[in-house]
Amino acid sequence: MAGEPAETDDAQVIPITRARSPHGSPPSEHEPPPSEPPPSERGAAPDEDGDHDHDRDRDRGLAELLAFLRRRITGEYEVDEFGFDPELTDKVLLELIRPLYRHWFRVETVGMHNVPGDSGALVVANHSGTLPLDGLMLQVALHDDHPERRAVRLLGADLVYQLPLLGHLSRKTGHTLACRDDADRLLRKGELVGVFPEGFKGVGKPFSERYKLQRFGRGGFVASAIRAGVPIVPCSIVGAEEIYPKVGDLRFLARALGLPYLPITPLFPWLGPLGLVPLPSKWMIGFGEPIRTDQFDPADADDPMLVFNLTDQVREVIQQQLNELRLQRGHAFPPFF
Amino acid sequence: MTHTVLVTGVSRHIGARVASVLAADPDIDRVIGVDTVPPPSLSRDGGVPLGRTEFVRVDLRSPDIAQVIAAADIDTVVHMSLVSAPPRSGGRMLMKEHNVIGTMQLLGACQRSATVRRVVVRSTTAVYGSSPHDPAVFTEDAEPGESPTHGYAKDASEVEGYVRGFARRRGDVTVSMLRFANFMGPGVDSPLTRYFTQPVLPTVFGFDPRLQFVHEDDAVEVLRRMAMEDHPGTFNVAGDGVLLLSQCARRAGLLSLPVPSPAFRLLGDLARGAGLVDFSPEQLRLMCHGRVVDTTRLAARLGWKPKFSTSAAFEDFVRARDLAGGLPAAMMELISQAVTR
Repeated sequence: MAGEPAETDDAQVIPITRARSPHGSPPSEHEPPPSEPPPSERGAAPDEDGDHDHDRDRDRGLAELLAFLRRRITGEYEVDEFGFDPELTDKVLLELIRPLYRHWFRVETVGMHNVPGDSGALVVANHSGTLPLDGLMLQVALHDDHPERRAVRLLGADLVYQLPLLGHLSRKTGHTLACRDDADRLLRKGELVGVFPEGFKGVGKPFSERYKLQRFGRGGFVASAIRAGVPIVPCSIVGAEEIYPKVGDLRFLARALGLPYLPITPLFPWLGPLGLVPLPSKWMIGFGEPIRTDQFDPADADDPMLVFNLTDQVREVIQQQLNELRLQRGHAFPPFF
Repeated sequence: MTHTVLVTGVSRHIGARVASVLAADPDIDRVIGVDTVPPPSLSRDGGVPLGRTEFVRVDLRSPDIAQVIAAADIDTVVHMSLVSAPPRSGGRMLMKEHNVIGTMQLLGACQRSATVRRVVVRSTTAVYGSSPHDPAVFTEDAEPGESPTHGYAKDASEVEGYVRGFARRRGDVTVSMLRFANFMGPGVDSPLTRYFTQPVLPTVFGFDPRLQFVHEDDAVEVLRRMAMEDHPGTFNVAGDGVLLLSQCARRAGLLSLPVPSPAFRLLGDLARGAGLVDFSPEQLRLMCHGRVVDTTRLAARLGWKPKFSTSAAFEDFVRARDLAGGLPAAMMELISQAVTR
């Protein structure tokens, strides 16, 4: 019991917070703290420099947090015309999914140098996993592992934008509807745009067809890249196939709910909400050599032959890369199987 | 060259301001303002001084307007008489007649006139609708996914149809059509500004629409330029940048109350019934999906950009109406003091 009062004393006297001006400006502006109380006032606290630094760091963190909260509460932040809120994305949403990226799926990236640092490009990736977690992981990968910390702008299905919460969360994290106008606009602005041309066919395919690329739609993404003259970066995502192995489909229920599919996995719907926990497969995300489109005239985007050929080329590159990366990864759930 | 300008809708705020700006211009000989009701008195209702504007009280739905145009040798028509909400007395039918029949009569009169050289029509970005299937940013050529089926937006797209027809038939007349984003500013009174003056903002749960505003000063300036120079075509007019509804609420220091969309609709109907605010289905859609337009065509054509960005326009509105509740900011101040003490 004797130790307790000393501890509370300790907790009461935090020297550097006293030094802060009442306006809450960051403490870095006045270092060393001008009005630091003399050591005698500080009770039993040991006067060590290490302790100071620790306090100061914590203090700075606190000031930043307060400034951040103030901006959020008073609305003094910017969003772009698509509704992308970079601050919210970087400081909150990416922080929330990062543990999944680092510790659950242990994502490794290869070939990141193939993604341009400051210009527009179109990242074309395979889509899998029943729930589109691969989009989220791709976003974290390009933000965390790219030297320029690029924000990928994914083009999503219109189903996403009809739903409350999801649609607006998606806009706030920088994504938009997969349509020609939006794709062209983003690429013209020099943004890094990501697409999953397989769409629902890819993300909702049965487990037995894993790592087999589905049809690539009409190749609208290729036409957009040609119009903007930006390179196409083929991207293969390995690991998403195993997170929710789809072994069946509740078609009638899905149709009644207006969903493209309603999966049966080894865990869902048997375990209820617990079945929504993704299996911890090992992931790899690979970026291949960019396919240039600047040798074409923007008007060539209307040439169906060219667009189809280029679409096929991109598809083959991704399939090949996918096979190689899958071999490189080995077991889906190392070290067991 | 002498100018005689006809401005419709001068009894409403923006129309009155356009008329007064044109009346102050020495290059213009006469400004004739028409409306169905006389302009509000200056002292009492915060009216705008109309300068040397000659006011003629004309019901646009009647053919009288043709006589006004013929009698005054009018060469420029600025058609501002599009109302966005049903008047207090009358309701939706009257509003539709006012908007659509009024425009038809006016265009009919212009078509007969030998003197009219330039027609400027106020339209709205509401013609693009708002839906989850649309591109994030509309250009003037965009085809809306679902064309508006009711209310103001439907009136505006019908008006635009008649204006396009007129432009085809009278190729010698310069027709400028301006699609304005929501007006914002100290003097603006619209369903949206009334929405923002509520103590608590009901919002649709799970939706945070992107909004765009144009400041009234910029709107007046664009209309003035269009009335003085030849700029044929359709132009989007909006301040730079966008604000999310949540951002608007935070910047105004207002509390928002997310309610599920069926309840929101019910609330809107109740409020409309009580005459508090007017909330039409199209506004519900705007409150869900928002709307953003591209304004590069206007900037390229005029070599001018609106002075107020969307956020500056909103700030000016908040300041003028003294909305800044400042409650969230004050709470933040308290919290930061409590934590740092």
